[in-house]
Amino acid sequence: MAKKVTVYSTPTCPFCIRAKQFLKDNNIQYSDVDVSSDQTKAQEMIDRSGQMGVPVIDVDGTIVVGFDKDKIREALKLPTDG
Amino acid sequence: MANLYDLIIVGAGPAGITAAVYAARKRMKFLVLTGDIGGQAAWSGDIENYTGYQFVTGPDLVSKFEEHMRRYAIDFHENEEVMGISKPIGLVKVNTRKGEYTARAIIIASGKMSRELGVPGEKEFKNKGLTYCATCDGPLFSGKDVAVVGGGNSALDAALGLIRIAKSVYVVNNTVRLGGDAVMREKVEKAPNVKVINEAKVTGIAGDKMVTAIKVRTASGEESIAVQGIFVEIGLIPNSSFAGPVERNERGEIKVNCKNETNIPGIFAAGDVTDVSEKQIIIAAGEGSKAALSAFKYINQSR
Repeated sequence: MAKKVTVYSTPTCPFCIRAKQFLKDNNIQYSDVDVSSDQTKAQEMIDRSGQMGVPVIDVDGTIVVGFDKDKIREALKLPTDG
Repeated sequence: MANLYDLIIVGAGPAGITAAVYAARKRMKFLVLTGDIGGQAAWSGDIENYTGYQFVTGPDLVSKFEEHMRRYAIDFHENEEVMGISKPIGLVKVNTRKGEYTARAIIIASGKMSRELGVPGEKEFKNKGLTYCATCDGPLFSGKDVAVVGGGNSALDAALGLIRIAKSVYVVNNTVRLGGDAVMREKVEKAPNVKVINEAKVTGIAGDKMVTAIKVRTASGEESIAVQGIFVEIGLIPNSSFAGPVERNERGEIKVNCKNETNIPGIFAAGDVTDVSEKQIIIAAGEGSKAALSAFKYINQSR
């Protein structure tokens, strides 16, 4: 079954753009939450990740902070590269 | 030796990626080792001085660079930062957390990173209210009190962005008055929700789970200012600490000549990590190509 993936991001953050591109490249469906326009969601992100940096990627409850490809791959069970 | 590369490129910003494109076209056997793709260019907002693009954003230009590089089959290791290099005769050894690699030559194109404050609390509260990327994390501080540390253009740029988002913005500057471009400086100084504190030194960051205050010392003593966000914009330092025996200038930049050679044969460097006179995306890219061509000649001569 497909995993539920949420990306908490801001429109101006380059690593958010790259994280979303990475998911697209791997054919992963995700919902994009813009925390700059939704204070409730911003607080939700802070509570769940314990920090305030974007992006935060939630894969079925596993929280990955930052565009950390290795951890995102691990959470999604994608093959590693290189 | 089965795993001997002609060349190892350290870094994948404009210099490293351009070096990779040139190395691929020279059919060199090479490897790219890098933490990220794009380096500082990936963090840039609007770029209007890269020839051929009248306007492009940092992330878009970096995608173009990457797409160009990936047209060639390249041995590319992302998320693999170099920890150290050593120089047995005729070869270069490169160590990362994941392994050790050997090549005939190396190009160091590892760029620059944000300078840290070096005060108590900075490490603990990184990403817990303290950030080095105002464009990324600024929107999370809507309606809050924040401080920007620094007095140059990047600090002014961060402050201008935050004026529209935050409740109040303290600009903590260590010189007599703000530097940077006059136009930006005036906008910051005129904003109703800004307080500029000149001749001030940050002495610490306080908080519990998240940042609650920044400690600042001025001529009138030390005070603790209640803020929820701290944006550190005090310039950049070269990523050259792993470069061991390579000669650097007083700023830590690797010294190169016009052929991108360092003081050690077989070790080349390019882009913002070097003492090249200007730091620009287009210059870094040009330096990367020059370094790759110099390395190519060196390898052919030393074979």
